[in-house]
Amino acid sequence: MSQVWDDQNRAVAVTIVRVTPVRVVQLKTQDRDGYAAVQVTYGSRKARTLNKPETGHFEAANVDPGKRLVELRVTDTTDYTVGDELTVDLLNAGDKVDVTAISKGKGFAGGMKRHNFSGQGASHGNHKHHRAPGSVGACATPARVFKGTRMAGQMGSARVTTLNLEVVKADAERNLLLIKGAVPGPRGGMVVIRDAIKGGK
Amino acid sequence: MNPTDLIDRDSLRDDIPDFAPGDTLKVHVRVVEGSRERVQVFQGAVIRRQGSGVRETFTVRKLSFGVGVERTFPVHSPVIAKIEVVTKGDVRRAKLYYLRDRTGKAAKIKEKRQPFNR
Repeated sequence: MSQVWDDQNRAVAVTIVRVTPVRVVQLKTQDRDGYAAVQVTYGSRKARTLNKPETGHFEAANVDPGKRLVELRVTDTTDYTVGDELTVDLLNAGDKVDVTAISKGKGFAGGMKRHNFSGQGASHGNHKHHRAPGSVGACATPARVFKGTRMAGQMGSARVTTLNLEVVKADAERNLLLIKGAVPGPRGGMVVIRDAIKGGK
Repeated sequence: MNPTDLIDRDSLRDDIPDFAPGDTLKVHVRVVEGSRERVQVFQGAVIRRQGSGVRETFTVRKLSFGVGVERTFPVHSPVIAKIEVVTKGDVRRAKLYYLRDRTGKAAKIKEKRQPFNR
């Protein structure tokens, strides 16, 4: 993350995302597929790393093979054609976007880190139970632990979407996008950016 | 080069003079009052400089009517119209927090003796 100055000279924390142009590989339509979406790819990939179905899929579209295939849901696919390049200039400063990525893995985490439990006392006779979660339920009724009770377990490495982030600047020349605030995932990770589906403008 | 460096370079200023903790500065601050903008001077001793790149900040301490006032500015902030170095201080540490407990002569910072210019 970095920071830039806004028009009132205040510091705005921004995440800098490199948005390489994406190529449209396939259009999913309501009639044929039951939903409308644009399938895109980005970057480049050596042909020998592709298997036969993938090679055929890219050849059918006459598009250079890319790192991954991502589907972006749209209301209407008629604005797009296979082979189109979509770049960062689709976005403008002030737009609201949602950013999806795989969050940073935290491993097997306890209740305090994973669910913000308070833990237990440092003193008052506490012995080796400082970070323990405490009670997980009642006694003879119900005589079991309810499903979904918050406990220790795997934290992070999950698909996370941060909603309604503001675009501070879209730099089409350098293919960079400045997003206000933090986005999920590690540095250098891959993120999917789409228009905000809730609220926004 | 990282994309972050490219963005940072746009907001870095190159008109900031060299200064260090112990120096006395005149910081000319842009103040916006309604639609009017004027420049206010905040003069005092630098007691800390921390961070790096665009996020670097410094803190200036002065006595205002017997009350200590500290103000922290980002070094590259566009709020700063100009920085003037009044005196260079001769100090032995990077963070001059001990000045907060001192007043009067004890709070005085020695001036750095400049090497003789031939």
